[in-house]
Amino acid sequence: MELRKPPPVRRLTGNEGYAPLREAPPWPPDTAAPTPPGVPESNGNGHHPGPAFAGVARPTRAVPIAIDRMQVEDLSVAYGAKQAVQSVSLPIRQGEVLALIGPSGCGKTTLLRSLNRLTELTRGASSSGRITLDGVDIASMEPTALRRRVTMVFQQPNPFPMSVFDNVAYVLREQAKRRPKREAVRGAVQEALARAGLLDEVADNLDHPALRLSGGQQQRLCIARALAASPEVLLLDEPCSALDPQSTKLIEDLIGRLREDVAVVIVTHNLQQAYRIADYVAFMYLGEMVEYASAQKMFGSPGEQRTREYVSGAFG
Amino acid sequence: MSSAPASLIAAPSPPPPAPVRRSESSASWRLTDRIGLGFAWLLGLLFCAIAVAIVGYFLVEGLRYLRPNLLVTNPAASVSESQTGGFLDPLLGTVIIAAMAMAIALPTGIAIAVWLSEFGRPAALARVAESGIEMLAGTPSVVLALFGTLLFEAPALGFLSQTNHGIVLGQSFFAAAAMLSLVALPMVVATVREGLQAIPSHVREASYAVGKTKIATTRRVLLPAARPSVITGAMLGVGRVIGDTAIVLLLLGGTLTFSSATSTPLLGTLRGTGDTLTGYIYYNAPTGDGNQPSKAYAAAFVLMLIVLTLNVGVDFAVRRSRAGGWN
Repeated sequence: MELRKPPPVRRLTGNEGYAPLREAPPWPPDTAAPTPPGVPESNGNGHHPGPAFAGVARPTRAVPIAIDRMQVEDLSVAYGAKQAVQSVSLPIRQGEVLALIGPSGCGKTTLLRSLNRLTELTRGASSSGRITLDGVDIASMEPTALRRRVTMVFQQPNPFPMSVFDNVAYVLREQAKRRPKREAVRGAVQEALARAGLLDEVADNLDHPALRLSGGQQQRLCIARALAASPEVLLLDEPCSALDPQSTKLIEDLIGRLREDVAVVIVTHNLQQAYRIADYVAFMYLGEMVEYASAQKMFGSPGEQRTREYVSGAFG
Repeated sequence: MSSAPASLIAAPSPPPPAPVRRSESSASWRLTDRIGLGFAWLLGLLFCAIAVAIVGYFLVEGLRYLRPNLLVTNPAASVSESQTGGFLDPLLGTVIIAAMAMAIALPTGIAIAVWLSEFGRPAALARVAESGIEMLAGTPSVVLALFGTLLFEAPALGFLSQTNHGIVLGQSFFAAAAMLSLVALPMVVATVREGLQAIPSHVREASYAVGKTKIATTRRVLLPAARPSVITGAMLGVGRVIGDTAIVLLLLGGTLTFSSATSTPLLGTLRGTGDTLTGYIYYNAPTGDGNQPSKAYAAAFVLMLIVLTLNVGVDFAVRRSRAGGWN
């Protein structure tokens, strides 16, 4: 069967890449991050056509050493009788950005929400399979403890109705308490804001209501909030879909920097975004994971016909 | 075989739509819509006129009869209207009874609203509670008052009111405030619950997603976010409480002045009987026992002034605390 050549993707940003994190072998990252067993690495017909987004170079990025953080094993999630995710297995590594792509309703958000057990809050949700965090089954962990190690940023910017400072401090304080006091957490709050690239913009008005920030700033505040707990894994559920291109670029650059310290999993509808920021990509369709591969392979020579059609825009 | 008549197929195409005008007017609407619009206008103006008439009438009458000394003197028995004093005690009574009733209704109402909106388990109990609140909202306050007389005449609750040789009278600020809190409760519950449900679910999840419990989320995120609703609910509740007359007459005594149960300064007063502005108006209305319309108008004016001040204050507070919103 003759493959349709995927159309070129117009880059929204220039060709600037992320600053190299350290001296490391250039793309592809396969040497640093071995493919998990069971995932075919080469496409059937043997030839490797290279990146299909013709004329567009992927940002050259050095990939830090990848560390296994989470392991999803044969995960299935159902809402009542409706199967949302079917036997998905994949690794989540620190040092890499994993993008979950697929059409609407394919289960990628459900998969993401399973990683910090947010699915449990939905009535009628049931799941089977196993997810481990640093070798420990997350089902055996206290949900609140798990969610401090696997934090999440949502599609809509949703700062809490308090000051910028308190939004971050809220995470650092124990449940509903007001302690530790403001001065004791100031350093940690500023560090989290700096990691999210927001400190310079809000340093003078930390006491302003967070809901008065712009949409892009709100979303970066949400990232700061998620980082304040010093998580091992950061989950992003279409974090840029409500934002303008400029804010999107800021957040994408931020994600590129963050992946060194935390494992980043991002759900995105936007193939170009996945192409720009992901190191590994999992393509989901109708609850199944069709393919899991490095971004280069996924956008270059995907192994599965359905992936090929999806990344070329045949459906979506 | 489907054979559409040729005339239908060949029917002339409808005339092109009229060019869209920039400023929309109802002239182009169909007749029924225009009649509806006119009706809406008419009703709107009618209700404005009614509101203006009530406020205006009491403004004029109230200002005519309101004297500063009415606010600082107590009702007194006399045949001459100039000797019957003012309404200091009823005014204080209104303030005291509103504060006491809301001290009960606000925390209880918020707790019920949080439970219904955020927990709602067990579902059957939540449904029962919900219909209970609705039933309470529909209960006439005189029925609540009647129930209150039964309740507070019970010997076990004698410590809340006056007793006379072992007989519990059952009339006191405590008794009236307890029953009035039931009048305010449905307003608080409904408004706070609405406010909580208006918060998008992803805001809750954002709090859970950084490891917070439901209690912490409710306490630190949801209730602050619902603060405008809490204020509105409290205001509506206060409005109902200070406007109620039946419970005041039956459970507070409607005695125009405070009559302490004991000589203990505050507790004695609260265990004793008293009156509020509504009771005072009831007594002094042209058809009431007192029949001093000028005093009634002045008191009504003050009562309306309190309600209007509350409204404006709440509007101001709500607008200030509304910093922005989520999508």
